[in-house]
Amino acid sequence: MIANLAFTTPLLLAALLALPILWWLLRAVPPAPIKRRFPGIALLLGLKDDESQTDTTPWWLLLLRMIAVAGLIVGFAGPILNPDDRQPGDGPLLVVMDASWASARDWPARVSRVEAVLAEAARDGRPAALVKLTDPTPDAFEFTAADALLPGLAGMVPDPWTPTADSAGRLTELSEGRDFDSIWFSDGLDYPARADIATLLESRGELRVIQSARPAFALRPARFEGSDVAITALRAEADGPRDVTLTALGPDPNGVEQELARAVASFGNGETEAEVVLSLPTELRNRIRRFELQGIRSAGAVSLTDDALKRREVGLLASNDGQEAQDLLSPLFYLRRALVPTADLIDGTLEDMLLASPDVLILADIAAFSEAEVDALTDWVDAGGLLVRFAGPRVAATDIETVDPLMPVRLRAGGRSVGGALSWGEPKALRAFTRDSPFFGLPLPDDVTVTSQVVAQPDPNLAERTIASLADGTPLVTRNALGDGQIVLFHVTANAEWSTLPLSGLFVQMLERLAISTRPSELAATELEGTIWQAEETLDGFGRVRSADALAGISGELLADPTYGPDLRPGLYSNDDRRVALNVVAAEQTIAPAVWPASVTVEGIALEGETPLAGLLLTLAMALLAVDIVASLWLGGRLTLRGGATAAVVMVALSLPYAARAQGTEVELRAIEATAEVVLAYVKTGDATLDRVSQEGLAGLSQSLFRRTSVEPAPPIEVDLETDELSFYPLIYWPVSESQRLPSDAAYAKLNRFLRSGGMIVFDTRDGNLGGFGASTPAGRKLQSLARPLDIPALEPIPEDHVLTRAFYLLQDFPGRHASNDVWVEAAPADAEQVDGLPFRNLNDGVTPVLIGGNDWASAWARNAAGQPLYPVGRGFGGERQREMAIRFGINLVMHVLTGNYKSDQVHVPALLDRLGN
Amino acid sequence: MNQDPAINPAGLRHRAEAHAAAFPALLADAQHLAATVMLGDHGRRRAGMGDEFWQYRPAEDGDGLRAIDWRRSARGDAHFVRQKEWQAAQSVMFWVDDALSMTFTGGNNRPTKGHRARVLALALCVLLNRGGERFGLANRGTPPRRGEAQLTRLAGHLMDAAFGGETDIDYGTPNARVLPAGSRAVFLSDFFGDPEPVTAALTKATDRGVSGILIQVLDPDEEAFPYDGRTIFETMSGAVKFETLKAGKLKDDYLARLAARKAQMRDLCRATGWRYLCHHTDTSALEALMWAYRALDKSP
Repeated sequence: MIANLAFTTPLLLAALLALPILWWLLRAVPPAPIKRRFPGIALLLGLKDDESQTDTTPWWLLLLRMIAVAGLIVGFAGPILNPDDRQPGDGPLLVVMDASWASARDWPARVSRVEAVLAEAARDGRPAALVKLTDPTPDAFEFTAADALLPGLAGMVPDPWTPTADSAGRLTELSEGRDFDSIWFSDGLDYPARADIATLLESRGELRVIQSARPAFALRPARFEGSDVAITALRAEADGPRDVTLTALGPDPNGVEQELARAVASFGNGETEAEVVLSLPTELRNRIRRFELQGIRSAGAVSLTDDALKRREVGLLASNDGQEAQDLLSPLFYLRRALVPTADLIDGTLEDMLLASPDVLILADIAAFSEAEVDALTDWVDAGGLLVRFAGPRVAATDIETVDPLMPVRLRAGGRSVGGALSWGEPKALRAFTRDSPFFGLPLPDDVTVTSQVVAQPDPNLAERTIASLADGTPLVTRNALGDGQIVLFHVTANAEWSTLPLSGLFVQMLERLAISTRPSELAATELEGTIWQAEETLDGFGRVRSADALAGISGELLADPTYGPDLRPGLYSNDDRRVALNVVAAEQTIAPAVWPASVTVEGIALEGETPLAGLLLTLAMALLAVDIVASLWLGGRLTLRGGATAAVVMVALSLPYAARAQGTEVELRAIEATAEVVLAYVKTGDATLDRVSQEGLAGLSQSLFRRTSVEPAPPIEVDLETDELSFYPLIYWPVSESQRLPSDAAYAKLNRFLRSGGMIVFDTRDGNLGGFGASTPAGRKLQSLARPLDIPALEPIPEDHVLTRAFYLLQDFPGRHASNDVWVEAAPADAEQVDGLPFRNLNDGVTPVLIGGNDWASAWARNAAGQPLYPVGRGFGGERQREMAIRFGINLVMHVLTGNYKSDQVHVPALLDRLGN
Repeated sequence: MNQDPAINPAGLRHRAEAHAAAFPALLADAQHLAATVMLGDHGRRRAGMGDEFWQYRPAEDGDGLRAIDWRRSARGDAHFVRQKEWQAAQSVMFWVDDALSMTFTGGNNRPTKGHRARVLALALCVLLNRGGERFGLANRGTPPRRGEAQLTRLAGHLMDAAFGGETDIDYGTPNARVLPAGSRAVFLSDFFGDPEPVTAALTKATDRGVSGILIQVLDPDEEAFPYDGRTIFETMSGAVKFETLKAGKLKDDYLARLAARKAQMRDLCRATGWRYLCHHTDTSALEALMWAYRALDKSP
């Protein structure tokens, strides 16, 4: 720690010598006295101080100040932790990067370290070059200015393979006769060409190796172990125990890629391999696309799966209706034997099997289907099923006239026999498979002969539908695509009755090629010869799956023993219906850490940066001085409790915004509630009874609106003028009581804004029974004082032609619980004139911002949840009529607020029609 | 026009307003304080000369016919004499310390000791005036009188220059010469000065039959001595200085001396038949006012 400390200006440390002097000075100078005027001095005169040494500063305060000053001095001297004291080199510098899949695990750190190295070279004026070893043939490198290489770094990505011997040879060529120092960013794994490259670089100049301390992991391809899936994780360094999580990924039933299974691979102490056995249901297992080691970004930690891990569901159906055949004669016996190890077989009736949606359906000698069965089968094949049919006596006996849509070709009636006791000729052997055939490349055993078969009608399509034929050219296996699926017909029986094919190994291979059974093992080179494989997905160095539509096909030979490079990338390759996964790590591969000769400097990848400590020390010194201020004040008696209390108040105030924020969400919730639907609102007066009546009244009005009109309000809301936002509400009902308080100025500002922006306030003094409206009643006087600061226009009693009288119902009275006609609205403009012949004046503008009356409407509107009126109105039938009128008025009111002058416009319709007509 | 600022109308008005600015406040304070005291009649609780009815007494031999209350006597067989309550006016002389030490206050929101003393004095005057007593200010030799005019005059005196702090006397001394014989006296001060003149004044007053009360007005800071560290204490005028290196250490000694001074004052009062109260400016003035009024109300 101390060894790694350096100073930018060490001479400044000499100032530390002055500390003792400072100590003495500080001790000598007592703290300054405070002057106080104090009448009680008369009582103090003559008193003596007990302690005489208190005139000096206490030792601990001195020490505090000393440390602070020392911190300042040391801080200004510029201390630096971990100073970079490496001597800058000279001469050209070659940066060599492995850039393999194993480097991907900490690629960003690598790149930033390369940046640092190049930046340093640029500072030192060294020319530099950058070589990526995973390039199979690195271009000739030229040493250029180091900072010219920096822009290219950002786009550099690791490749999903390891450097090959080719690149080592090429490097040797290129570096011929040149001297340079090298920095090698190794991926930490051993590979064959590594030692050669190391020797080469050492011979050219100084070699530094930078490699990561992060452990490297890899994943071997998954394989079957019985019915379970086994997969092996590898690591390079065999150190202590370690757990790695393995996940299996694949599409879920909706086609969305998901984690399907998860297991933990535990490396024991000193082990480099950890095997995980997954026991999965077939459905799930078949969906797995790849295995990954979680949290490790590297192509080596991803293992793609292919057909080898798929087990198809195969449905088998034969027509053994009542035949007491022996096992060996059963049409399905050989199929069963061939498929049991590699596929999941299902039995049952055709409908049952289709319900299970198998991948393959094999029908042995079944010729007759009901129409429903044909439809179901066709749909299933259309959707991607593979229907395999075997011929037999029944198929041979089908009527030539019936066209079987589930046959790839049309068949002649009867079939033929060759080489039998009563026929001419020898049993026929097979002809070599053509290139187009999926069976291409399969070796033909000599002992496969065909004695009977069904024969296809000659047909222009016959040749292209034939995928296997006998030596004389008659089709043996034909195939036809139907929708996404296909139908395959073996022109012989599935048992050994008509041919020896089911007895041969070829039969099994053919089934496999048809993707009926699962490929048992690695692809043999002979099988791959001459085939062309198309990449479906490839892996990049980070182990991410990329679609590979743009890549050219790969010839099969390359797949047998893959040597990866830009031409052959790890990934999933397909040929016809078969898929092969080429994984970065092969089945038997191990990974081992790179071992470097002692002459090579090996560094970790993390850059131990210089840490300047000056800021830290200066901050510390300042903090100590701040403490010193407080301590001095306290010692001098200048620090009072009140100061502390102020500080505490400030602290509390700083923590207050959190409470305010919590309140904010409540306001938002309320806003959402108020704006989600039309809501009537009433003013909270503080009088609980009155507020309840308002609530019930508006609820009753909302009910009536809901029933009678297309306005469907939510339950009414109480608004507090002081705190709530008003602009959400179209109408605010404000019952006036003598006891309510005047709103604040801010609330009035809000109310005025509400009125100007089209809101309406209904003032209800609820005293319509007490004589005239105005200042004569207490509620009227209260209303005057309430409304004085409001921006209310000139008012008039509702005129006969006001739009309120016809907004929904035609009304001339506006009763509530009282039936006074003193209801006031905004006065019509003075120039409104009544046109002759029209019932209404031209009053088109605006909604009245206020409506003032004393009829206690809320009580008349009030209804409980069951729709029963809550307060009595009038007497008997007349009273009910009055209540009805009150509700009609309420509906008109809401309609007026919501639709404005719409009803007023309607009165022009006759005039407009009149004009149009003329 | 006369240009002398003391005489010319503008200057006169300026000074008048300067005085008036503070004057009503003091009087208002005092009136306000006095208004909270609702006392009954300040009678002497015995028959004598006065306006208020006291009692009917059966007529005795020697009572003149004019003394008999015929209206009462007509209701019975015996004769009654109507007696009035004796209402003798008292003279109360105030001495309010106007030295600089009274201008001290330890907190921004507390009144100075002098202000509290003046408010107390004036409030007592208001109450006495209401009770029909006579009152005067010993500081200025104002003879005891009664009435609103005397109240205004006293308020004026209490607002004058000396009380405004325009003096260089640190500690005041009471003046007992102007106390009329047999009157009552109220001394308001912090009594931090030399106790000798106080003793002398009280002794002299007692000799002349004057009894009264002594109110020691103190600031809470003077009681608590909340000082620490190296401090130079000064009197309010700055004339006397006292330096300490560690004020906190002096607290106990100071408090002991303060207690001794209070005890001395209390003993002095006990010896002379006076009454003593220690009042702090952070407590309610009403409390002290009630106490003082009750103390004065006691029969001599």
